Amino acid sequence: MQNLLVLVPLLPLLSSLILLLLAGRLSPLLVALLGVGSMGLAAILTLLIGIEFIGLGGESFQQVLFNWLPIAGAPINFGLHLDQLSLVMMSVITGVGWMIHWYAAAYMFEDKDVQRFFVYMNLFVFAMLMLVLGDSLVLLYLGWEGVGLCSFLLIGFWQHKADNVVASKKAFIVTRVGDTAMMIGLLILFSEYGSLHINTIVESTTHVSQSNLWLACILLVGGAVGKSAQLPLQTWLPDAMAGPTPVSALIHAATMVTAGVYLIARMHPLFLQVEGILNLVAWIGVLTLVLAGVAALAQSDIKRILAYSTMSQIGYMFLGLGALAFDAAIFHLMTHAFFKALLFLTAGSIILKMHHQQDIFKMGGLFRSLPLTSTFLLIGLLALVAFPGSSGFFSKEAILAATYQAHTAGPTLWWIGVLGAFLTSLYSFRLLFIVCFGPANHDLKEADYKPTSQLVVPLLPLVTLAVIGGFISLDFSLVFGPANHPHLPLWIEWMPVAVALLGFILAWFLYFPRQSMQASSSVINNFCRDGLGFDWLYEQLFTKPLQLFARINKGDVIDHFYHFVGWFNFSLNEVLVISQNGKLRWYLFGTLAGCALMLGGLILWR
Amino acid sequence: MTVPIEHGFVLVALLWAIGLVGLLSRKNTLFMLMSMEIMLNAGALAFILAGSLWQQADGQVIYILILSIAAAEVGLGLALLIRLRQHIGDLDIDKLDEMKG
Amino acid sequence: MSAQILFYISGSIAILASLFVVTNKNAVHALLYLVVSLLALAMCFYLLGAPFAAALQIIVYAGAIMVLFVFAVMIFNINQTDIDREKHWLTWQSWVGPSLLVMVLLAEIVFVILSNQNWSTNPSSAVQIELVDARAVGTLLFGPYLLAVEIASFLLLAGLVGGYHLAKELPKRTTKDGGR
Repeated sequence: MQNLLVLVPLLPLLSSLILLLLAGRLSPLLVALLGVGSMGLAAILTLLIGIEFIGLGGESFQQVLFNWLPIAGAPINFGLHLDQLSLVMMSVITGVGWMIHWYAAAYMFEDKDVQRFFVYMNLFVFAMLMLVLGDSLVLLYLGWEGVGLCSFLLIGFWQHKADNVVASKKAFIVTRVGDTAMMIGLLILFSEYGSLHINTIVESTTHVSQSNLWLACILLVGGAVGKSAQLPLQTWLPDAMAGPTPVSALIHAATMVTAGVYLIARMHPLFLQVEGILNLVAWIGVLTLVLAGVAALAQSDIKRILAYSTMSQIGYMFLGLGALAFDAAIFHLMTHAFFKALLFLTAGSIILKMHHQQDIFKMGGLFRSLPLTSTFLLIGLLALVAFPGSSGFFSKEAILAATYQAHTAGPTLWWIGVLGAFLTSLYSFRLLFIVCFGPANHDLKEADYKPTSQLVVPLLPLVTLAVIGGFISLDFSLVFGPANHPHLPLWIEWMPVAVALLGFILAWFLYFPRQSMQASSSVINNFCRDGLGFDWLYEQLFTKPLQLFARINKGDVIDHFYHFVGWFNFSLNEVLVISQNGKLRWYLFGTLAGCALMLGGLILWR
Repeated sequence: MTVPIEHGFVLVALLWAIGLVGLLSRKNTLFMLMSMEIMLNAGALAFILAGSLWQQADGQVIYILILSIAAAEVGLGLALLIRLRQHIGDLDIDKLDEMKG
Repeated sequence: MSAQILFYISGSIAILASLFVVTNKNAVHALLYLVVSLLALAMCFYLLGAPFAAALQIIVYAGAIMVLFVFAVMIFNINQTDIDREKHWLTWQSWVGPSLLVMVLLAEIVFVILSNQNWSTNPSSAVQIELVDARAVGTLLFGPYLLAVEIASFLLLAGLVGGYHLAKELPKRTTKDGGR
């Protein structure tokens, strides 16, 4: 069964290619069946492979398909690598991806470009699977760039709106900064270890100088930070919400943005060798989670709130990585994929029912008109704020507990993490209260709400997993070493729950709608809404100087030369056009004048 | 029966020049066609002269070929003039300057 | 000697008649002068010992081809307005440029003709003209030049078909807006 591993990424790729080649020839129903069906097959296959894998004791499994780049000495094979880490990632991608594809089929069914949509989505899944299954960093990088491309294509999917195109360009360029850093990091690793095979690097006993290793690791962190929207490359994620909502759920919540977490977890032996790099990762995570929490408090767009929330939760994962709790970070990655996909899909349902209105202050009172969807939203939010017993509770608890003890983190970071939990609770209940309670702030009739079964059925597994996902016990002992369960004072274990409750109470007083709610427009609120001024800062720091430089550089000497060539040809053309006046007698005259000249010359110089 | 052969060729050159002046200065296409007839005749005379210079019949053979070319040219040229008359009313060659650059 | 004088006279007539053709404003008059020029040239041909060519010049050129011209002029229906327009077109300025250019060309050609002394194998500039009769022409024409005759017949056929096609009445649509 494990030999069928290659089929898992191959199925979405095949489906994508078929949809691409038969563009415009298939009915929407066939398109949806093919797009969703290939994902379903991949998910079932993953399940079967996973069962066998666990039955065999979790030994890692290699499958080399062919020699991809025959470099002498260090050939790069197109090989797949399955271990406990990539199995979890693969399960999340295919499982959650299947549900989101199913939902997307219903969500996008009316769109005339539904076929193009599924081409991109399936291609994304293929690239993401290559990212997590690739046995070498080259293959990982292939997937890394592939998901970046698909993210770009899907954010700008409705390309006739200028805002979407700008957002997709922003996402592509900002992540490109990280990708370039990562590329350089990979080259450094190659020059040090002479190979890009992950296991070779990780298990290598070659002595590598600390400074080079430090440089390679910091560049890898740069790549991870760009892809996972962490400080300081976090600005693209909120704008990426311009894409269709299922895209936000799949790419910008469940899978692609967690690629950075996967990268660091996969390369963790390197990070362990370098002093101080994990402290940096922890600090990045903790700063991002507070910053994103503050920014989420001021948003009025439902999808942007969820985007900042995603950023904040990935901050927790980075904190977990920094605190040496790799297993907890991946655990949180998995539970986060469940409940954040659920949140995005319910948000998508709400947006669809509200006729593409995304402003939470124009919703209100949805508990009466959309009871089922609102319940799903509530469940997702409870998991997000780590309500005891929900999936988020276990994973976040594990991260925070590890943070308190780890020598790379410590109590300071723990306190900031707890503050983040408080902020999470505050913005989550703000969202819930404003959207679901109080009077309706819209003029849509009750009859306009028609939940279709296709929009609900895919949510049911996600709801289930968001609730009970915390009881799945993941075994990473062969990848990250034996798990250590810290024994902490009781107050430390219950502190996050207490602050979440505090956040709920505060949100009740601040945001529970007693009358019609209005978005605040104070200076501080606007500052927070614009992501704490990072866009402005980058504009001043990078864009403006670059534009200035481009303006100065525009009129250089070489340009003058080429402008002269162009100008000369145009002038010559204008002169010659005068002679080409269409009058036959002029041509004859010219011909004869030429004859006279030649004959005269012949006579003179005979 | 002797004729200085250079004088014959000077006659050819003169006739050709007259035809050329007509071709260059007349606007009326009908007159341009007549001027071309004159030039063709000058050419024909040159061949007859050459034929009599070397006492060969080839000159006259070429003359007959020139005659047939002239006939075809006049037939086509006059047909074109008839169409031109329908197009632009008069036969002004300068009105046909659509192929300018 | 009388033949030489006759050659000069008929040559002068040809030149004069050609000049009238070029400068005349009335197309019918110009045509008649052209016929005169062709007849004068026929005389020259005869004097140069080519009676067959002279006969053809009269029959085919002055006869048949000129009749074509006459028919065309008849179709054009030349009237006083055409003659007036011709006057309007023929200003002295329109003659200056072409005349100067052709003068230069003519001078060069005449210079080339007169400066070349090797016109024939015999050093004397005057040639004894021998008669070349129709029999010799016919033998040559249907002997070595047979292919040229066939090609000429094709050319005439093409001229016939092309003339028929071009001179047809224009379709209604194009005549209405001037053919554009």
